[in-house]
Parts: sequence; C-alpha cells; structure tokens
Amino acid sequence: MSILIDEKTPILVQGITGDKGSFHAKEMLDYGSKVVAGVTPGKGGKSVHGVPVFNTVKEAVKETGATTSITFVAPPYAADAIMEAADAGIRLICSITDGIPAQDMMRVKRYFMRYPKDRRPMMVGPNCAGIISPGKAMLGIMPGHIYKQGNVGLISRSGTLGYEAAEQMKELGIGISTSVGIGGDPINGSSFLDHLVLFDKDPDTVAVLIIGEIGGPQEAEASAWIKENFSKPVIGFVAGLTAPKGRRMGHAGAIISSTGDSAAEKTEIMRSYGLTVAPSPAEFGETVAKVLQRA
Amino acid sequence: MDVHEYQAKELLAAHGVAIPPGTIAFSPDQAVYAATELGGSHWVVKAQIHAGARGKAGGVKFCRTYHEVQQAARDLLGKRLVTSQTGPEGKPVQRVYVELADPFEREIYLGYVLDRKLERVRVIASKHGGMEIEEIAKNTPEELLQVIVEPAVGLLPFQARELAFQLGLNLKQVSRAVQTILGAYRAFRDCDATMLEINPLVVTKDDKVLALDAKMSFDDNALFRRRNIVDMNDPSQSDPREAQALEHALNYIGLDGEIGCIVNGAGLAMATMDMIKHAGGSPANFLDVGGGASAERVATAFRLVLSDANVKAVLVNIFAGINRCDWVAQGVVDAVRASNITVPLVVRLAGTNVEAGRKIIEESGIAIISASTLKDAADKAVAACKKAG
Repeated sequence: MSILIDEKTPILVQGITGDKGSFHAKEMLDYGSKVVAGVTPGKGGKSVHGVPVFNTVKEAVKETGATTSITFVAPPYAADAIMEAADAGIRLICSITDGIPAQDMMRVKRYFMRYPKDRRPMMVGPNCAGIISPGKAMLGIMPGHIYKQGNVGLISRSGTLGYEAAEQMKELGIGISTSVGIGGDPINGSSFLDHLVLFDKDPDTVAVLIIGEIGGPQEAEASAWIKENFSKPVIGFVAGLTAPKGRRMGHAGAIISSTGDSAAEKTEIMRSYGLTVAPSPAEFGETVAKVLQRA
Repeated sequence: MDVHEYQAKELLAAHGVAIPPGTIAFSPDQAVYAATELGGSHWVVKAQIHAGARGKAGGVKFCRTYHEVQQAARDLLGKRLVTSQTGPEGKPVQRVYVELADPFEREIYLGYVLDRKLERVRVIASKHGGMEIEEIAKNTPEELLQVIVEPAVGLLPFQARELAFQLGLNLKQVSRAVQTILGAYRAFRDCDATMLEINPLVVTKDDKVLALDAKMSFDDNALFRRRNIVDMNDPSQSDPREAQALEHALNYIGLDGEIGCIVNGAGLAMATMDMIKHAGGSPANFLDVGGGASAERVATAFRLVLSDANVKAVLVNIFAGINRCDWVAQGVVDAVRASNITVPLVVRLAGTNVEAGRKIIEESGIAIISASTLKDAADKAVAACKKAG
C-alpha cells in the first residue's frame, strides 16, 4: 500500500495548457499516473496529450470523476484555483506553485474550514515537489526514476533534499512507500503531522524519514506527537545548521525568527522525543538502514 | 522586504494611525529646512537604516536648536551605523528623518505578526513599550496581551477595545488607541506585511496616541501586487551581491566562509552548507539556482560567487530533476571558460542524465574535481580549500 495516491487515483491537472502543466502532465502519464482531466479557463474542449481540457474544475469532476488535483497555476491566481478545486469536491490538492502570498494561504486554510472534517480536502504544498508512490503513481515534478518502491515513508519540506534522501536509500536497496513534499512556505496546506497520521495507518510503511529545515513550529509539533502516538520508528533531520538568524534561506518559510526555529534546536527537540537523527544530510540512507535493521 | 521607519509611518498614517509630524532629509541643510517647516522647538533626528536598536547606537539624536539639527544630520549622514542588529559592518545612513519631539507620558508596545502555528495574524501589546519585545517577554510575560485575528472577518473593534482597556488607558485615549490598533491592522493586511511593530506607541499629556517608531517587513511573495511597497525599496541597505542576485532571480546570501556554493533547491543548498561544516570547512554563501538551472543562470551564479574575495574553492552541487545533468554540465563548462576562475572547483552531479553530465565535464579538459556523493563533494571541497591556503 501507499498513502494519498496510487495507480487508480484519478488526477486532474489545473493549468494543463501552460508550459509547466503540459510538460509535467506528460511526465506523470509516462510514469503511470491516471491523469483523466485538465482545467484551464477558456481552453475547454481542447485536449493535451490525449487528456480532455475543461473550463472549470466542477465540469471536469462531473465528466471524469477526478478526485485529486495538481495545480500549475501562477502565484496571483493559485489560491483561487485551490479553492475552486476544494469547492468542486476534490479531496487531495497538490500545489507546486512557488510564490503564493502568505495571506492568500491563510485565506485558503480558512476556506477549508467550511467543510466538516471528514469532507475537508487534504492539501500538499504549496512550493513543493509533490507526491510519489513509487511504482504506482506520481503527482508532482520529481524525477520518478530515483525512487525505489518499498516500505519507508518520506516527508520533506525541501524538494531536492528529498531527492537526495531517496537516491541514498535506493543506493542501499531501500524503497519508499510514498514520498510527500510538504513545501517550503511559511503556511503549508498540510504538515509533517498530517502525513504521519496516514503513515501510521498504512500497513506497508514500516518506518518514516522526516526532513525538516529552519523556521516554523512543524518539526517540534510532529516530534511531540510521534512520542505519544506513533507506533513505527522515525528518522529525522533538520537542514540549515549553518544558516544565519533572520535571513530567508531561499524558501519563504526558511527563516530563523524566534526561539525553536534553528536547526540545532529542532534537532535537539527531535532527539528528546525519541527520533533517530541522521548525523548529516549525507547519511540519510545509512541511518534509515540502521533503524530498519534494529526494527 | 524591509522598509525604513519613515516609509512604514507613511503607510500607517495612510491607514488612520496618528504619527508625530516629520520630514525626510538627505542633507544637513535639508534637515534644518525640515525643522523650520515642522515648527516647534524640539526635534529628533533619526538615522534611517533597515535595522532596529538605533537609539542605543547613537542613531537617534535629540535637538533643541536648528544648529543642533544640522550637526546631528552631519554626524549621521554618510556614515555606517552599527547597532546590535546590523552585524559588525553596519548599515549606511543616506537619509535622516526629522521629527517634532513632543514630550510623552507613557510608552506602549504594539506588534503584529503572521503566526505560523495558528496560521493567523497575532496582535501583541504591552504596557511596557520602548524596549525590545524579547526583553518585554522576559521581564513581564504576565503582562503581554495577545489577540488572534480570524481571517474571515479581520480584526474586530471589540478586540481592539479589549486591548486598549487592558493597557490601562483613559476613555479619550482608548478611542484613539482603538483607531490606531485597527488602522495598523489594515495597513498590515492591505500591504501584505509579515511583521509590523510600533514600539513605542506613546501617549502624550493631551491624550494623543502616536506611533513614535515603526518597523514593517513585507511578504516577498506578495510584492507582485504591492507596487507601492516595491517602490520603497532601498538597495543601499542590502548586500550589493544579494541585490545583484535578486535581479537574476537567484537566491543568494553572503556569509563569511571560504567555500562558495552553487546548488539547486533551497533545502539541498542548506544541506550542502551543513556538509561543508561537517567536513571541517565553512560556506561562503547560500545560493539556490532554482529548478531550471540553465547554462545562463549557472554562469551568473559563478560570477556572483567569485565576486567574493574570501572564496578559496567553489562547490557545485546539482540534483537534476526537471533539468538534466548534461544541460547543467554544459552550463558549468561554459561558465568556467567564460570566467577566468583561479580557485579549485568541485562538481557533484546527480539525478536525470547523470552519466551524460559527467562525461561532458570529463571531456571538457577543464580542471574540475568530480565528486559522486554529497559527502565526497564536501570532503573534496574542504581539502581543495585547505590546499589553496
């Protein structure tokens, strides 16, 4: 099994007629993802790589039964596209867009609250590489070939550092059940915690690697929850040991602005809650291997 | 993005926050003229830099005569002001703000931040203004007042009233404080701010409530719809290399180490810096060339990194996803040929088309140290750096 997506998940691509949307729709199709629809307002009736394009998400959902969306929509319009997907009943929304204003994300998260918990959409991103359940489906922009199918869950704020971990694991013959990129923005659609809950219930995930970075309370929140509730071993890492205080390190959310934001502090918090911390970003694979041997 | 105090005050005033009368000046003569225009008999001359703690560093001068105003402006303008927040190199003072100095009775703290945990705007106030919030939080945590804004409705008048009454203000002051608290919130919301601090917010003898100092930071992601904020940008306040990087849409942050870094992806860039530290070296910079690491972007990145005189070795670490290693390798080779690079160069490529990429590097005939893993790359860069002395 895997979490969030598999080969049967019907996927909708918002912004499919743009350069990026079209390119990655093709990549996803080639990987085996079930891309059933595209949406670009004003381009309804066309088709891209054989995928029908609709003007609105509602129409696309009605015609194709899509349950999951990936948005390649420019920052000024991204929040609107995400809320449109939510309103059309999409259950999983993955936003690749880098550069959505924080206040827009605040509104998006508030908008989601109008749905009762069991009907509230799960959002992944923004500013992320997406989701991949290796060997089954890809909902994102990652290079699919670096992921081996297997039993370790991976959650990472950074895209490329997630790739680094996946490749190190593959080198050692360790596979991944699902890899989720939650994104580098200050306000994420979903957190480490949201996906840990899913990995906990997934019988085919035996351990989870979480890769955080400086800024924000997410890593600490997840670690505390793991200590109390999580039944499987967790390996953790926080990037940005050498990052200076108060400077935004590329990602909008990667900034040390208050106590508990630094990599050293977060690493210590992870350790205190019983996570196995990878000593360096070159040792993701080895650390996971050691933990799997012990388990 | 940050702005100067006087610019933050302009924005606040436009949203109904009362501020003391003041004028910006770029020369001592302009400062004197500003004082004569403002009238009154006491002024403060304040250095405008993108950093706080100016008072303690001598960046705020109280003046009783026009002569003192001129002298204060002369002392400040053209200098670099070093405060506890600027780092040892300080920030250049190119403008001063001349403000009418009225005596005040009380100093209040009022701040707005985007709370990442709650995903809401949090308003913080305290009776004990005039010192840094960290200090207030440490000295009198029980007196820290907080209000959380519900994004669907915004900050409500009753919330502002509650704060004002809790601050112990009299009725006349309460109504003015409410106007300030609500106005500042609108400024925060309508300008896509991420941080707004009015410290101190002062109460005068005649019950006026005035923003005496103001600090605002803005969401870079929202600048596309905040032209007025972009126009306030003062490039003199940031590292010239960072300003240059921004023009090329590259993320660069200068540090004080010796190994220049060119990496794709913010997380991997931070991890690469961390690995350099683990290997016993020190990174000279953070640089994310982004997902589409084209040859041209790589070339620009090289120019930036090499413009730092402290750089004794360069480490390129690219994990190709969408972009392919062969394209990046060609970019590196072209960039090296175009720039007369004299320091050792370590290149680590991984991901899509890695073999083709490595081949291009090997066949280029350029002295590039190839590395296969992150650890290998960091070790080789540190060794090369030590050898270069």
